[in-house]
Amino acid sequence: MLKRTPLFEIHQKLGGRLVEFGGWEMPVQYTSIMDEHQVVRKAAGLFDISHMGEVLVSGSGAEEFLNKTLTNDVRKLAIGLGQYTLMCNEQGGVIDDLYAYRLSSEEYLLIINASRIDADVPWLQKQLASYLKKDSVKLENTSDHTAAVALQGPRVSEFINQCFAGSSTGGTSVGSASELKKNQIAQFQFSGQPIWVSKTGYTGEDGFEIVAPSNLITEVWRHIMKIGHQYCLQPAGLGARDTLRTEVCYPLYGHELDEQTTPMEAGLGFFVSFDKGDFVGRAVLAEQKANGVKKKCVAFKMTGKSAPPRPDYLIWSTGPNPVQIGKVVSGTQSPSLSNGIGMGYVKTEFAKAETPIEIEIRGNRAAATIVPKPIYRKPV
Amino acid sequence: MSNVPSDLKYAKSHEWVRVQGDTATIGITDHAQHELTDVVFVELPAVNRQVQAGEACAVVESVKTASDIYSPVSGQILEINKSVVDNPALVNTEPYSGGWFYKIKLSQPAEAESLMNPDQYKSQIEGH
Repeated sequence: MLKRTPLFEIHQKLGGRLVEFGGWEMPVQYTSIMDEHQVVRKAAGLFDISHMGEVLVSGSGAEEFLNKTLTNDVRKLAIGLGQYTLMCNEQGGVIDDLYAYRLSSEEYLLIINASRIDADVPWLQKQLASYLKKDSVKLENTSDHTAAVALQGPRVSEFINQCFAGSSTGGTSVGSASELKKNQIAQFQFSGQPIWVSKTGYTGEDGFEIVAPSNLITEVWRHIMKIGHQYCLQPAGLGARDTLRTEVCYPLYGHELDEQTTPMEAGLGFFVSFDKGDFVGRAVLAEQKANGVKKKCVAFKMTGKSAPPRPDYLIWSTGPNPVQIGKVVSGTQSPSLSNGIGMGYVKTEFAKAETPIEIEIRGNRAAATIVPKPIYRKPV
Repeated sequence: MSNVPSDLKYAKSHEWVRVQGDTATIGITDHAQHELTDVVFVELPAVNRQVQAGEACAVVESVKTASDIYSPVSGQILEINKSVVDNPALVNTEPYSGGWFYKIKLSQPAEAESLMNPDQYKSQIEGH
């Protein structure tokens, strides 16, 4: 039985097309992926991301415990600040990629992938069980009673303060939500209950993610839709979420990342901190940092007219003696560029930008070029 | 509600067939284009290719997925619609006119007779 978010009935009423995603029944689109993608790039879109998991880590040992368990350095987090980070196994393989927010002095919120809740929570518990000061850390999986929405797009800043009035009551101290800077999170009061609003997203657009108790999220959704209506706000599904994130080369667990792939191979070394002491996976990652990796995650664009690339398509080198050099992990037709785009892993010697490659599509090879990330950049 | 023109025959796999003498025009139905969503790429069979009924001979790609299109009838490909290759959105906007896929010379005209009539196809797509 697929799980449903508290917004399920709203998706049905909106005529959303519901599909399975990571064990959840989620809207892939309401009108069309193309439309919703463009609405987010040009105005504003609202996504249900309640399927994502939330874990609270608190106590005097929380900071040290997280620094031993995650790759980034949580000591960099002021109260009310979040960071992208990864959780690795001993081989450096990625168990999950996540956001860690410091809500208060000794309290952290981890936002984890829906499809990885069942892997992450036992892993965190196992790490905690072997942590010397385990009594100083409290780990709480609040996924079942926490919901979230993402409000994304260039026009969101015009109405975010109408959605959540007044000053923050926790996290970053701001007079209004629009004052939040990238990666900052603040608590606001909504219908008499605390909710969290962060300046983050997964689309490459400005926007916010709102984390609230499950029993409040329907009201939050309706409230935002009502205010956003005159700013061309529309609901957007997971289809657009995927094309938006692919254009800006954000990794998606199960595509760019898995337990056999390291952050260094994925091009996420920036989020691995080696000057913070030991952490799970450090030895392998440090070795890869020093000596390089055998395969790298690259972005590419199709150069001629071709079918869009898809996950698992083979990547070939060009020239008189082409060899197989890797595999596509994400691919789609870019709605912003009207061109096939994707990401894939290739042998490191082929990973340089501008390298010509070929993608095997149904037995034929179509020309493509490796391009710098992100594939799509907002016109300035 | 999907449009199901009364003058066409239909395959279970959501292709339509317009028979004219010993040739037929093939495309995909309004219901199919709606299910596929925004079509971004169409790959059609080579002219002169012999295809068997039920054989995958074209591919339609939406943003999200690639879908095979099965020839509802056997025969030789006479002509393909270059306009739909250049402008795949025609599949969404004009599935029964500008969005046609190919014309075929029927090698077994009886096959077309055994396809679904509009009422049968309507009950198939409304039945789920």
